[in-house]
Amino acid sequence: MTVKKITLPLTNEDIQSLHAGDSVLLTGTLLTGRDAAHKRLFELLQKGAELPVELRGEVIYYVGPAPAKPGYAVGPAGPTSSYRMDKFTPALLDLGLKGMIGKGARSQEVIDAIVRNKAVYFAAIGGAAALIAKSIQKEELLCYEDLGTEAVRRYTVEDFPCIVAIDCEGNNVYKR
Amino acid sequence: MDVRIIDAAAVTATVKQLLMDCNYFIGRDIMHALEAALDTEDSPVAKSVLSQIIENDNIAAAEEIPLCQDTGLAVLFVEYGDKVAVNGCFEDAVQQGVREAYEEGYLRKSVVSDPVFDRVNTRDNTPAVIHTTIVPGDGIRITAGGKGFGSENMSAIKMLTPAYGAEGVKQFILDAVRAAGPNPCPPIVVGVGIGATFERAAQLAKKATFRAVDTRHPDPRYAAMEDELLTAINQMGIGPAGLGGKTTALGVNIETAPTHIAGMPVAVNICCHAARHASAVI
Repeated sequence: MTVKKITLPLTNEDIQSLHAGDSVLLTGTLLTGRDAAHKRLFELLQKGAELPVELRGEVIYYVGPAPAKPGYAVGPAGPTSSYRMDKFTPALLDLGLKGMIGKGARSQEVIDAIVRNKAVYFAAIGGAAALIAKSIQKEELLCYEDLGTEAVRRYTVEDFPCIVAIDCEGNNVYKR
Repeated sequence: MDVRIIDAAAVTATVKQLLMDCNYFIGRDIMHALEAALDTEDSPVAKSVLSQIIENDNIAAAEEIPLCQDTGLAVLFVEYGDKVAVNGCFEDAVQQGVREAYEEGYLRKSVVSDPVFDRVNTRDNTPAVIHTTIVPGDGIRITAGGKGFGSENMSAIKMLTPAYGAEGVKQFILDAVRAAGPNPCPPIVVGVGIGATFERAAQLAKKATFRAVDTRHPDPRYAAMEDELLTAINQMGIGPAGLGGKTTALGVNIETAPTHIAGMPVAVNICCHAARHASAVI
């Protein structure tokens, strides 16, 4: 199995080179956010208000980490199910979000928005949180601290392992 | 009648230890099933996913950190001996054990106080869901687990009627697993509760997920159904992490109970490969 190394932020060339099923190692920085943060961001967008975090060109990782034990940069941090974000995702992609990391299938609306915006959806291995955390070097709180584990953070990652689940042409590893 | 007095602090300490242990140490039955699956799989992707899950579970155990970030909503099955008294409030003692495990064990707090409107995190993972039955004896058996919601959300229940028969039961279970697809972190453990009432069937299904995957229903007809369903599920092709392969489930566990002449409730509670549960007797 060949593995592609990709440096973040994603370029359009990177995105076009990725095909559903490719194994990828990501290095750079990405955002975290899941259910409650998505709901808040979406509601701000609906009101036409400014978002507390810049999404253009970013990759967002659907994760709610466990607390870090002393001596650890982060706690266990595996992906959560992506479909729960589907209602909010097309709006974020239309705003310029370029990538998402989660697990499991997406709605047709999300797939259409991925294709429309030339973005990419990666899957990480659900339940491999202790292993995945080894590839996260640093975390920084960006906003929504009151949400606890669901706050939006910036992760610095090195060789974060994932698989291209839906590529920019709409090819989908979960469809069979 | 002689009654054995158990200190509430012992209940708290036991619950705390069980919840920390089950989040750090995967059961031997699951590890054996994962290793066996690794031998069975042909596809490089499926092999790679299984190897990473095994590596993950080994890291978690060695470092005593949670094997999954979703350390779950705590669910406890309590068999409370009829010759036991706890010197204090049993419910409070259990919830205190939950609180201490999640705070001191670096487990994620995933509980919100109100399901629809507030959704404010309780910050200590309480309250746990506690199922208590009174049994003969002078001890208390506590089986505790942390139930992740990626898989919990994929569960299903249906009030089948007797005419559906065994084929209808199997169909409903297979439909639920197929609908769950890649979402519940396969390879999964499928817990099935059949019989009793609406709510008891669901409780039996949860109890079934707490049973080791290398055990079988004592009635050979249900044991055969467990085997048949496992084979059918593993032919669906969903595979580890939903990326394709022969290992969609590690086990199918069925629990049954008597039911009404008009009914045949079937509940399917799906559990991810991080099937966490631990048991102790006080």
